[in-house]
Amino acid sequence: MSIDVKMAWRNIWRNPRRTMLTICAIAFASLLLVFMLSFQFGSYETMINTSVKIHTGHLQIHAHEYLKKKSIRQVVSEPQEIAHLLQTIPKIEAYTFRGQAFSLISSKERTYGVAVTGIDPEREATVSRLKSSVREGEFLAESDKDQALVGKLLAKNLHITPGDEVTLLGQGRDGSIAATVVSVKGIYSSGIDEIDRASIHIPLKTFQEIYAMGNAIHEAVIIVESLSDVDAIKRSLNVKLQSQNPDNPLTAVDWEELMPGLRQSIEMDLVSGLIFYLLLIIVVAFSILNTFLMAIFERTKEFGVLMAIGTTPERLTKVLLIESMTMTSVGTSAGIIIGSLITIYFQSRGIDISGASDLLSQFGITGRIYPKLSWISAISGPLAVLIITFFAALYPALKIKKMRPVEAMRAV
Amino acid sequence: MHLQLAWRNVWRNVRRTTIILIAVIIGVWSMILLGSLMRGIAVGMIKNGISTLTGHFQIHRNGYRDDPAIENSMPDPSVVESVLKQVLPEGSLWTRRVRVSAVASNARHSAGVTMVGIDPLTEAKLSFIGTAVSSGRYLTPDDHNGIVIGEALLDKFETKIGHKLVLMSQDTHREMASRAFRIIGTFKAEMESTEKQYVFVNREISQKMLKLDAAISEIGIILPDKPDNPNVYHNLKTALPHDQYEVHNWRELLPFQTAYLRILDGFMYIWYLVVFVAMGFGIVNTTLMAVYERMREFGLLKALGMKPWWILREVLTESFLLLITGMIIGNGLGLVSVYALSGSGIDLSALAAGAEYAGMTRIIYPAIDLKDITIANLVVLVLGLCVSAYPAVKAARFTPVEALTHT
Repeated sequence: MSIDVKMAWRNIWRNPRRTMLTICAIAFASLLLVFMLSFQFGSYETMINTSVKIHTGHLQIHAHEYLKKKSIRQVVSEPQEIAHLLQTIPKIEAYTFRGQAFSLISSKERTYGVAVTGIDPEREATVSRLKSSVREGEFLAESDKDQALVGKLLAKNLHITPGDEVTLLGQGRDGSIAATVVSVKGIYSSGIDEIDRASIHIPLKTFQEIYAMGNAIHEAVIIVESLSDVDAIKRSLNVKLQSQNPDNPLTAVDWEELMPGLRQSIEMDLVSGLIFYLLLIIVVAFSILNTFLMAIFERTKEFGVLMAIGTTPERLTKVLLIESMTMTSVGTSAGIIIGSLITIYFQSRGIDISGASDLLSQFGITGRIYPKLSWISAISGPLAVLIITFFAALYPALKIKKMRPVEAMRAV
Repeated sequence: MHLQLAWRNVWRNVRRTTIILIAVIIGVWSMILLGSLMRGIAVGMIKNGISTLTGHFQIHRNGYRDDPAIENSMPDPSVVESVLKQVLPEGSLWTRRVRVSAVASNARHSAGVTMVGIDPLTEAKLSFIGTAVSSGRYLTPDDHNGIVIGEALLDKFETKIGHKLVLMSQDTHREMASRAFRIIGTFKAEMESTEKQYVFVNREISQKMLKLDAAISEIGIILPDKPDNPNVYHNLKTALPHDQYEVHNWRELLPFQTAYLRILDGFMYIWYLVVFVAMGFGIVNTTLMAVYERMREFGLLKALGMKPWWILREVLTESFLLLITGMIIGNGLGLVSVYALSGSGIDLSALAAGAEYAGMTRIIYPAIDLKDITIANLVVLVLGLCVSAYPAVKAARFTPVEALTHT
């Protein structure tokens, strides 16, 4: 250990109480940032993963501009080609095909307008949580025809229970009238009112028959192994779709485009969080600035003597900076360690948010939030603390240069 | 004398006092400003919720909220209105509405919407639609087939003002009723979902179409002063027979916003506490320094016969003055920043989809709530004095002999 570091270390512990308080302040800010950032990242991941599993998937393949217009005429006419393509791409966990149409649904007493989705029961269960959100009755089976799953609020409005029949009336792909009677096999509750109030699911084959779709579908829904793979897979899909049909290619869109609000609200939450954290760090910086300042005012005489016997001001500045940075490093390290421990504890247990569940279920968060510790969440906050306190420490340390040995030695 | 002494002591070391003051000021300022922004988000959400056809109170036929179907309409609203005239405070407004789910379609598209039959003149005073028409014109009482729809719906249907739109819904005889309307205007709302959901027609036309006669779905009420008036709520509930009508206030009608409001308070207090802890360490440290520097002085005072209690009081008074000064400046700056932002607000239009997803309005105006400010200041003052008690007790415990030999 160089003599400067040794000197700095001893200087720090000349006043243990003050040093401890300063370190505590820094550690407090750091641990709070580690925990809060992990908490935010964890809840974003929960939000994204639950939201994509409700309906949209990580990626979808559509006819060009389908996302904008959602017209029944914009179809993927050869789903088999897409299936072959998807099988060649690694890291795709599951995929399914769906048809989408708008129709009137009538029970004996009531009529409402709903979104009708044709699903492949077996594949759908691997892509979305529809199967596990069936609350009454049963999920569709592979052999089912003319059976339907109905949203919970819609079932309530229509006064229907499993076993009842409902009539669907809409327009087919070719403009013809599409009408059929289906019986209710199950009732699902996704937790998202919009879906539960205005959607029904029927087998894809039935859907294709009723709406004169032939073999065509509207969307191929894809779940990938990990959120971080989405971008790469989307790019390679789009290249391959382009080469398959250069004139009028299908397009792959990711969850950010499918749910623009989700992405933006995450950004908003992150930015507002950063403003909070920055203000917090500044308050901490000012509240420990005094410790750094005191270090030189108390020791003016000592510095005078040191300079008089030949120590350069640069060296003293260096020692002072080593002192303050040592304190900060000890504080941030303690903060990282304690913060990580707290985070790991909650990472395995989850944080109960039942008090706010009616609010958060609309964002796809139900039950518990699990913070997620990562290198970014563990390091970035404390690093910001380190940088800002460095600037706070710079001001007193630079004051040394203005000291004159003779005057300094006379100071009390 | 006592205060004056403390005040002078505070300023014995100008630089040190200034630095800790800055910490307190930034802390208080951020509490006030961010607190008012969070409150502003809530206020905006609620305002928007109330003006989007909610009102402060709604009256329905019993069972409507649970099952908002045409069978649950109020057959004779004039009975209710005569009660309203007696019960509501002067200056209250109310309006009749027909509200049913319907299917809108044109040649290319169809979608589920909510058809709202309104009295154009009174409705304009109660809800957003009065000021929201962005192109074309608003309904007049004698429009027979005019319809006002949201801009987003107009876009989605690829249609224009002047074109036809067909509405289909179930009438009171459980038959499908349909009627063609001509789009006379579009409205722009805070949320795109509002623009896609609501279409407005004249109440009498909707009643005729659905064979409702004089029946309506609901009565919306706006009170002249504050939205929460428990007396009115209670009076309405007792004056209207329970088995026929149900009364709801906006808190029941807007569960999402009410839940947000409930979380907000807790969240804000945690934030106050966190900021306080951040500056608390500084306050303790600075006060400790000030006390240890003056060890000899305290020793001397004690030797001269000053009671420990007086020294404790002296140190606490110094902290008190420091905190008060920081709070006055911090509050002042906070209020100035709020005032500066209150003109244009914070515009989130670039993130409109995100704001909508989170249920927030596109522009956030900071809102000052006396309760928030009081609690922020109380946290700083009370906890500030508590943590200063530690150095103060230390100072009071110095023994004269020890302290006087200290250099």
